[in-house]
Amino acid sequence: MKLINFFKRPSTAPVARERLQILLAHERAVSGKSDLIAILQEEIMAVIAKHFPVDQEGIKIKMERGEVVSTLEVEVEIPTPMCPSFPLPAKRATPVQGDVSELDGAEDDTEMARTGT
Amino acid sequence: MAKVLVVTSGKGGVGKTTSTAALGAALATSGKNVVLIDFDVGLRNLDLVMGAERRVVYDLINVVQGDAKLAQALIRDKRVPTLSLLPASQTRDKDALSDEGVSRVIAELKEKFDWVICDSPAGIERGATLAMRHADVAIVVTNPEVSSVRDSDRIIGLLDSKTERAENGERVEKHLLLTRFDAVRASRGEMLNVEDVLEILSIPLIGIIPESSEVLRASNLGSPITLNNPASAAARAYFEAAKRLNGEALEVTVPGDRKGLFGKLFGRRAA
Repeated sequence: MKLINFFKRPSTAPVARERLQILLAHERAVSGKSDLIAILQEEIMAVIAKHFPVDQEGIKIKMERGEVVSTLEVEVEIPTPMCPSFPLPAKRATPVQGDVSELDGAEDDTEMARTGT
Repeated sequence: MAKVLVVTSGKGGVGKTTSTAALGAALATSGKNVVLIDFDVGLRNLDLVMGAERRVVYDLINVVQGDAKLAQALIRDKRVPTLSLLPASQTRDKDALSDEGVSRVIAELKEKFDWVICDSPAGIERGATLAMRHADVAIVVTNPEVSSVRDSDRIIGLLDSKTERAENGERVEKHLLLTRFDAVRASRGEMLNVEDVLEILSIPLIGIIPESSEVLRASNLGSPITLNNPASAAARAYFEAAKRLNGEALEVTVPGDRKGLFGKLFGRRAA
Protein backbone atom coordinates (compact mmCIF):
# COMPACT_ATOMS: atom_id res chain seq x y z
CA MET A 1 0.00 0.00 0.00
CA LYS A 2 2.78 2.35 0.96
CA LEU A 3 4.52 1.56 -2.27
CA ILE A 4 1.38 2.42 -4.28
CA ASN A 5 1.04 5.72 -2.40
CA PHE A 6 4.67 6.46 -3.10
CA PHE A 7 4.11 6.25 -6.84
CA LYS A 8 0.61 7.70 -6.92
CA ARG A 9 0.32 11.21 -5.57
CA PRO A 10 -2.88 11.81 -3.61
CA SER A 11 -5.55 13.58 -5.63
CA THR A 12 -6.13 17.17 -4.59
CA ALA A 13 -9.18 18.04 -6.71
CA PRO A 14 -11.70 16.60 -4.19
CA VAL A 15 -10.17 18.85 -1.51
CA ALA A 16 -10.55 21.85 -3.81
CA ARG A 17 -14.18 20.96 -4.45
CA GLU A 18 -14.99 20.57 -0.78
CA ARG A 19 -13.27 23.81 0.22
CA LEU A 20 -15.14 25.71 -2.48
CA GLN A 21 -18.49 24.23 -1.53
CA ILE A 22 -18.08 25.26 2.11
CA LEU A 23 -16.72 28.71 1.29
CA LEU A 24 -19.34 29.57 -1.32
CA ALA A 25 -22.24 28.40 0.85
CA HIS A 26 -21.01 30.96 3.41
CA GLU A 27 -20.30 33.74 0.89
CA ARG A 28 -23.68 33.40 -0.81
CA ALA A 29 -25.40 33.82 2.56
CA VAL A 30 -23.38 36.94 3.30
CA SER A 31 -23.74 38.58 -0.12
CA GLY A 32 -27.52 38.50 0.30
CA LYS A 33 -26.98 41.00 3.11
CA SER A 34 -24.86 43.40 1.08
CA ASP A 35 -27.94 45.49 0.30
CA LEU A 36 -28.38 46.03 4.04
CA ILE A 37 -24.84 47.41 4.21
CA ALA A 38 -25.60 49.80 1.35
CA ILE A 39 -28.77 51.02 3.07
CA LEU A 40 -26.91 51.45 6.38
CA GLN A 41 -24.15 53.37 4.62
CA GLU A 42 -26.64 55.76 3.07
CA GLU A 43 -28.57 56.35 6.29
CA ILE A 44 -25.52 56.75 8.53
CA MET A 45 -24.11 59.12 5.94
CA ALA A 46 -27.24 61.26 6.03
CA VAL A 47 -27.07 61.60 9.82
CA ILE A 48 -23.37 62.50 9.85
CA ALA A 49 -23.72 64.92 6.96
CA LYS A 50 -26.06 67.00 9.11
CA HIS A 51 -23.15 67.83 11.40
CA PHE A 52 -19.97 67.40 9.41
CA PRO A 53 -19.01 67.96 5.82
CA VAL A 54 -18.13 64.42 4.73
CA ASP A 55 -18.15 62.91 1.27
CA GLN A 56 -19.56 59.59 0.11
CA GLU A 57 -16.09 58.04 -0.25
CA GLY A 58 -15.17 58.88 3.34
CA ILE A 59 -17.31 56.23 4.98
CA LYS A 60 -16.51 52.53 5.26
CA ILE A 61 -18.91 49.99 6.64
CA LYS A 62 -17.97 46.39 7.30
CA MET A 63 -19.93 43.57 8.85
CA GLU A 64 -18.18 40.53 10.21
CA ARG A 65 -20.10 37.51 11.29
CA GLY A 66 -18.99 35.61 14.35
CA GLU A 67 -20.52 32.56 15.97
CA VAL A 68 -21.78 34.35 19.09
CA VAL A 69 -21.80 38.01 18.07
CA SER A 70 -21.25 39.82 14.81
CA THR A 71 -19.55 43.17 14.56
CA LEU A 72 -20.58 46.15 12.53
CA GLU A 73 -17.62 48.40 11.87
CA VAL A 74 -18.24 51.96 10.79
CA GLU A 75 -15.31 54.16 9.84
CA VAL A 76 -15.98 57.77 8.96
CA GLU A 77 -13.35 60.16 7.66
CA ILE A 78 -13.97 63.73 8.76
CA PRO A 79 -11.75 66.50 7.43
CA THR A 80 -9.51 67.91 10.17
CA PRO A 81 -10.52 71.41 11.34
CA MET A 82 -6.82 72.44 11.29
CA CYS A 83 -7.10 72.45 7.54
CA PRO A 84 -7.90 76.05 6.48
CA SER A 85 -10.40 74.91 3.85
CA PHE A 86 -12.47 73.05 6.43
CA PRO A 87 -15.95 74.55 6.34
CA LEU A 88 -17.22 74.44 9.90
CA PRO A 89 -20.83 73.68 10.70
CA ALA A 90 -22.82 76.77 11.59
CA LYS A 91 -23.07 75.94 15.31
CA ARG A 92 -19.29 75.86 15.70
CA ALA A 93 -18.46 79.09 14.03
CA THR A 94 -15.49 79.88 16.33
CA PRO A 95 -13.10 76.95 16.54
CA VAL A 96 -11.06 76.67 19.73
CA GLN A 97 -8.42 74.15 20.71
CA GLY A 98 -10.94 72.15 22.74
CA ASP A 99 -13.06 71.60 19.66
CA VAL A 100 -10.25 69.92 17.83
CA SER A 101 -9.63 67.28 20.46
CA GLU A 102 -13.35 66.81 20.85
CA LEU A 103 -13.66 66.11 17.14
CA ASP A 104 -10.78 63.65 17.22
CA GLY A 105 -12.39 61.85 20.13
CA ALA A 106 -15.72 61.73 18.35
CA GLU A 107 -14.07 60.10 15.35
CA ASP A 108 -12.64 57.34 17.53
CA ASP A 109 -16.00 56.70 19.08
CA THR A 110 -17.73 56.22 15.77
CA GLU A 111 -15.11 53.83 14.52
CA MET A 112 -16.67 50.77 15.99
CA ALA A 113 -20.12 49.91 17.12
CA ARG A 114 -21.31 46.49 18.13
CA THR A 115 -24.55 44.84 17.34
CA GLY A 116 -25.90 41.41 18.03
CA THR A 117 -27.09 39.27 15.14
CA MET B 1 -32.91 41.10 -33.05
CA ALA B 2 -29.45 42.08 -31.85
CA LYS B 3 -28.10 40.43 -28.73
CA VAL B 4 -25.68 41.93 -26.24
CA LEU B 5 -23.22 39.40 -24.84
CA VAL B 6 -20.83 40.10 -21.98
CA VAL B 7 -17.70 37.99 -21.53
CA THR B 8 -16.83 38.23 -17.86
CA SER B 9 -15.11 36.32 -15.05
CA GLY B 10 -14.21 38.39 -12.00
CA LYS B 11 -10.70 36.99 -11.96
CA GLY B 12 -8.07 38.30 -14.38
CA GLY B 13 -6.04 36.19 -16.75
CA VAL B 14 -8.57 33.40 -17.23
CA GLY B 15 -9.11 34.11 -20.94
CA LYS B 16 -11.84 36.74 -21.31
CA THR B 17 -10.13 38.67 -24.09
CA THR B 18 -8.91 35.53 -25.87
CA SER B 19 -12.42 34.10 -25.71
CA THR B 20 -14.04 37.36 -26.84
CA ALA B 21 -11.78 37.43 -29.92
CA ALA B 22 -12.20 33.73 -30.70
CA LEU B 23 -16.00 33.67 -30.26
CA GLY B 24 -16.45 36.97 -32.09
CA ALA B 25 -14.48 35.72 -35.07
CA ALA B 26 -16.33 32.39 -35.02
CA LEU B 27 -19.72 34.13 -35.00
CA ALA B 28 -18.61 36.53 -37.74
CA THR B 29 -17.39 33.73 -40.04
CA SER B 30 -20.82 32.12 -39.68
CA GLY B 31 -22.19 35.24 -41.40
CA LYS B 32 -23.32 37.27 -38.39
CA ASN B 33 -22.49 40.93 -38.04
CA VAL B 34 -20.40 41.15 -34.90
CA VAL B 35 -18.87 44.02 -32.96
CA LEU B 36 -16.45 43.55 -30.09
CA ILE B 37 -16.23 46.30 -27.45
CA ASP B 38 -13.26 46.51 -25.12
CA PHE B 39 -14.43 47.81 -21.72
CA ASP B 40 -11.01 47.53 -20.10
CA VAL B 41 -10.28 51.26 -20.04
CA GLY B 42 -6.63 51.96 -19.27
CA LEU B 43 -5.57 48.35 -19.86
CA ARG B 44 -6.90 47.68 -23.33
CA ASN B 45 -5.74 44.49 -24.96
CA LEU B 46 -8.48 43.32 -27.28
CA ASP B 47 -6.96 45.45 -30.05
CA LEU B 48 -3.65 43.65 -29.58
CA VAL B 49 -5.17 40.16 -29.52
CA MET B 50 -7.13 41.07 -32.67
CA GLY B 51 -4.02 42.45 -34.37
CA ALA B 52 -5.56 45.91 -34.75
CA GLU B 53 -3.34 47.84 -32.32
CA ARG B 54 -1.89 50.08 -35.04
CA ARG B 55 -5.29 50.96 -36.46
CA VAL B 56 -6.76 52.56 -33.31
CA VAL B 57 -7.62 56.22 -33.90
CA TYR B 58 -10.70 56.86 -31.76
CA ASP B 59 -11.98 54.79 -28.87
CA LEU B 60 -15.05 54.01 -26.76
CA ILE B 61 -14.56 57.05 -24.53
CA ASN B 62 -14.28 59.39 -27.52
CA VAL B 63 -17.61 58.04 -28.78
CA VAL B 64 -19.28 58.09 -25.34
CA GLN B 65 -18.23 61.71 -24.84
CA GLY B 66 -19.30 62.71 -28.32
CA ASP B 67 -15.79 63.58 -29.57
CA ALA B 68 -16.00 61.03 -32.36
CA LYS B 69 -18.76 59.34 -34.30
CA LEU B 70 -19.26 55.63 -33.89
CA ALA B 71 -18.36 55.02 -37.53
CA GLN B 72 -15.03 56.79 -37.01
CA ALA B 73 -14.08 54.64 -34.03
CA LEU B 74 -15.12 51.24 -35.35
CA ILE B 75 -12.25 49.19 -36.79
CA ARG B 76 -13.32 46.66 -39.39
CA ASP B 77 -11.39 43.40 -39.34
CA LYS B 78 -9.22 42.86 -42.41
CA ARG B 79 -9.77 39.10 -42.43
CA VAL B 80 -13.51 38.89 -41.72
CA PRO B 81 -15.53 41.81 -43.12
CA THR B 82 -18.50 41.20 -40.79
CA LEU B 83 -16.31 41.63 -37.71
CA SER B 84 -15.66 45.04 -36.10
CA LEU B 85 -13.88 46.28 -33.01
CA LEU B 86 -14.55 49.26 -30.76
CA PRO B 87 -11.33 49.69 -28.74
CA ALA B 88 -11.00 50.99 -25.20
CA SER B 89 -8.99 54.07 -24.34
CA GLN B 90 -5.49 53.39 -23.09
CA THR B 91 -4.89 56.78 -21.52
CA ARG B 92 -8.19 57.90 -20.05
CA ASP B 93 -9.80 56.94 -16.77
CA LYS B 94 -12.79 54.60 -16.67
CA ASP B 95 -14.74 57.32 -14.83
CA ALA B 96 -14.95 59.07 -18.19
CA LEU B 97 -17.52 56.42 -19.18
CA SER B 98 -20.97 57.68 -18.26
CA ASP B 99 -23.91 55.30 -17.84
CA GLU B 100 -26.00 57.27 -20.33
CA GLY B 101 -23.15 57.45 -22.85
CA VAL B 102 -22.59 53.70 -22.74
CA SER B 103 -26.35 53.06 -23.06
CA ARG B 104 -26.48 55.29 -26.13
CA VAL B 105 -23.49 53.58 -27.80
CA ILE B 106 -24.87 50.09 -27.14
CA ALA B 107 -28.29 51.08 -28.49
CA GLU B 108 -26.67 52.44 -31.64
CA LEU B 109 -24.56 49.29 -32.10
CA LYS B 110 -27.64 47.08 -31.66
CA GLU B 111 -29.15 48.69 -34.75
CA LYS B 112 -26.12 47.82 -36.89
CA PHE B 113 -25.00 44.41 -35.61
CA ASP B 114 -26.41 40.98 -34.75
CA TRP B 115 -24.05 40.47 -31.82
CA VAL B 116 -22.59 43.15 -29.56
CA ILE B 117 -19.89 41.43 -27.50
CA CYS B 118 -18.58 43.29 -24.44
CA ASP B 119 -15.14 42.24 -23.17
CA SER B 120 -15.28 42.97 -19.45
CA PRO B 121 -12.31 44.09 -17.36
CA ALA B 122 -11.37 41.88 -14.40
CA GLY B 123 -12.74 42.75 -10.98
CA ILE B 124 -16.19 43.68 -9.76
CA GLU B 125 -15.76 47.46 -9.91
CA ARG B 126 -17.51 49.94 -12.15
CA GLY B 127 -15.79 48.85 -15.37
CA ALA B 128 -17.05 45.31 -14.93
CA THR B 129 -20.57 46.33 -13.92
CA LEU B 130 -20.77 48.77 -16.87
CA ALA B 131 -19.72 46.00 -19.27
CA MET B 132 -22.48 43.68 -18.01
CA ARG B 133 -25.11 46.39 -17.57
CA HIS B 134 -26.94 45.91 -20.89
CA ALA B 135 -26.25 42.21 -21.43
CA ASP B 136 -28.90 39.80 -22.63
CA VAL B 137 -26.46 36.89 -22.48
CA ALA B 138 -23.37 36.37 -20.32
CA ILE B 139 -20.44 34.05 -20.75
CA VAL B 140 -18.66 33.42 -17.47
CA VAL B 141 -15.09 32.37 -18.27
CA THR B 142 -13.72 30.06 -15.58
CA ASN B 143 -10.51 28.08 -15.10
CA PRO B 144 -10.75 24.78 -13.21
CA GLU B 145 -9.01 26.32 -10.23
CA VAL B 146 -10.32 27.44 -6.81
CA SER B 147 -9.80 31.21 -7.06
CA SER B 148 -11.33 31.42 -10.52
CA VAL B 149 -14.40 29.39 -9.48
CA ARG B 150 -14.92 31.55 -6.41
CA ASP B 151 -14.71 34.79 -8.42
CA SER B 152 -17.07 33.38 -11.05
CA ASP B 153 -19.59 32.69 -8.31
CA ARG B 154 -19.35 36.33 -7.28
CA ILE B 155 -19.82 37.53 -10.86
CA ILE B 156 -22.88 35.29 -11.29
CA GLY B 157 -24.34 37.06 -8.24
CA LEU B 158 -23.71 40.45 -9.88
CA LEU B 159 -25.29 39.29 -13.17
CA ASP B 160 -28.41 38.47 -11.14
CA SER B 161 -28.51 41.84 -9.39
CA LYS B 162 -26.61 44.65 -11.16
CA THR B 163 -27.76 44.28 -14.77
CA GLU B 164 -30.58 46.15 -16.47
CA ARG B 165 -32.41 42.87 -16.99
CA ALA B 166 -32.13 41.92 -13.32
CA GLU B 167 -33.46 45.31 -12.30
CA ASN B 168 -36.45 44.85 -14.62
CA GLY B 169 -37.19 41.45 -13.10
CA GLU B 170 -35.83 39.58 -16.14
CA ARG B 171 -32.94 37.16 -16.28
CA VAL B 172 -29.61 37.38 -18.05
CA GLU B 173 -28.96 34.10 -19.86
CA LYS B 174 -25.77 32.81 -18.23
CA HIS B 175 -23.33 30.28 -19.66
CA LEU B 176 -20.16 28.77 -18.31
CA LEU B 177 -17.09 28.60 -20.54
CA LEU B 178 -14.46 26.43 -18.94
CA THR B 179 -11.03 27.39 -20.26
CA ARG B 180 -7.52 25.97 -19.89
CA PHE B 181 -9.00 22.57 -19.10
CA ASP B 182 -6.64 19.60 -19.00
CA ALA B 183 -8.63 16.37 -19.30
CA VAL B 184 -5.68 14.19 -18.33
CA ARG B 185 -4.93 16.10 -15.13
CA ALA B 186 -8.63 16.19 -14.24
CA SER B 187 -8.89 12.42 -14.69
CA ARG B 188 -5.92 12.00 -12.32
CA GLY B 189 -7.65 14.08 -9.67
CA GLU B 190 -5.11 16.88 -9.97
CA MET B 191 -7.58 19.40 -11.36
CA LEU B 192 -11.24 20.12 -10.68
CA ASN B 193 -13.26 18.22 -13.26
CA VAL B 194 -16.09 19.58 -15.36
CA GLU B 195 -18.77 18.09 -13.14
CA ASP B 196 -17.26 19.65 -10.00
CA VAL B 197 -17.29 23.15 -11.51
CA LEU B 198 -20.80 22.73 -12.92
CA GLU B 199 -22.11 21.48 -9.62
CA ILE B 200 -20.60 24.39 -7.71
CA LEU B 201 -21.58 27.18 -10.11
CA SER B 202 -24.83 25.60 -11.37
CA ILE B 203 -25.08 27.45 -14.67
CA PRO B 204 -25.25 25.63 -18.02
CA LEU B 205 -22.05 24.80 -19.86
CA ILE B 206 -21.44 26.35 -23.29
CA GLY B 207 -18.00 24.95 -23.97
CA ILE B 208 -14.78 23.45 -22.67
CA ILE B 209 -11.62 24.95 -24.11
CA PRO B 210 -8.67 22.61 -23.66
CA GLU B 211 -5.32 23.97 -22.50
CA SER B 212 -3.45 24.48 -25.75
CA SER B 213 -0.19 26.00 -26.91
CA GLU B 214 -2.07 27.16 -30.02
CA VAL B 215 -3.83 29.86 -27.96
CA LEU B 216 -0.56 31.64 -27.20
CA ARG B 217 0.68 31.21 -30.77
CA ALA B 218 -2.47 32.94 -32.03
CA SER B 219 -2.20 35.86 -29.61
CA ASN B 220 1.50 36.26 -30.49
CA LEU B 221 0.40 36.82 -34.06
CA GLY B 222 -2.58 39.07 -33.24
CA SER B 223 -5.11 36.68 -34.65
CA PRO B 224 -8.08 35.03 -32.92
CA ILE B 225 -7.41 31.30 -32.63
CA THR B 226 -10.58 30.55 -34.61
CA LEU B 227 -8.98 32.36 -37.58
CA ASN B 228 -5.34 31.50 -36.99
CA ASN B 229 -5.76 27.76 -36.56
CA PRO B 230 -9.40 26.78 -37.06
CA ALA B 231 -8.55 23.06 -37.00
CA SER B 232 -6.97 23.14 -33.53
CA ALA B 233 -8.85 21.55 -30.65
CA ALA B 234 -9.27 24.89 -28.87
CA ALA B 235 -10.62 26.61 -32.01
CA ARG B 236 -13.06 23.76 -32.65
CA ALA B 237 -14.35 24.16 -29.10
CA TYR B 238 -14.87 27.89 -29.68
CA PHE B 239 -16.69 27.23 -32.98
CA GLU B 240 -19.01 24.81 -31.18
CA ALA B 241 -19.63 27.33 -28.39
CA ALA B 242 -20.49 29.95 -31.05
CA LYS B 243 -23.01 27.55 -32.60
CA ARG B 244 -24.63 27.04 -29.21
CA LEU B 245 -24.84 30.83 -28.81
CA ASN B 246 -26.73 30.86 -32.10
CA GLY B 247 -29.20 28.41 -30.62
CA GLU B 248 -27.92 25.08 -31.95
CA ALA B 249 -28.35 22.20 -29.50
CA LEU B 250 -24.93 20.54 -29.61
CA GLU B 251 -23.58 18.25 -26.94
CA VAL B 252 -20.57 19.74 -25.11
CA THR B 253 -17.45 17.63 -25.40
CA VAL B 254 -13.80 18.05 -24.54
CA PRO B 255 -12.19 18.45 -27.94
CA GLY B 256 -8.98 16.57 -28.62
CA ASP B 257 -7.83 12.99 -28.80
CA ARG B 258 -9.92 11.82 -25.89
CA LYS B 259 -13.07 13.28 -27.34
CA GLY B 260 -15.01 10.00 -27.47
CA LEU B 261 -14.35 8.99 -23.89
CA PHE B 262 -14.79 12.41 -22.36
CA GLY B 263 -17.78 13.14 -24.49
CA LYS B 264 -19.44 10.14 -22.89
CA LEU B 265 -18.31 11.01 -19.39
CA PHE B 266 -18.89 14.74 -19.35
CA GLY B 267 -21.29 15.24 -22.22
CA ARG B 268 -23.69 18.05 -21.43
CA ARG B 269 -26.39 19.76 -23.37
CA ALA B 270 -26.26 23.51 -23.40
CA ALA B 271 -29.47 24.88 -21.94
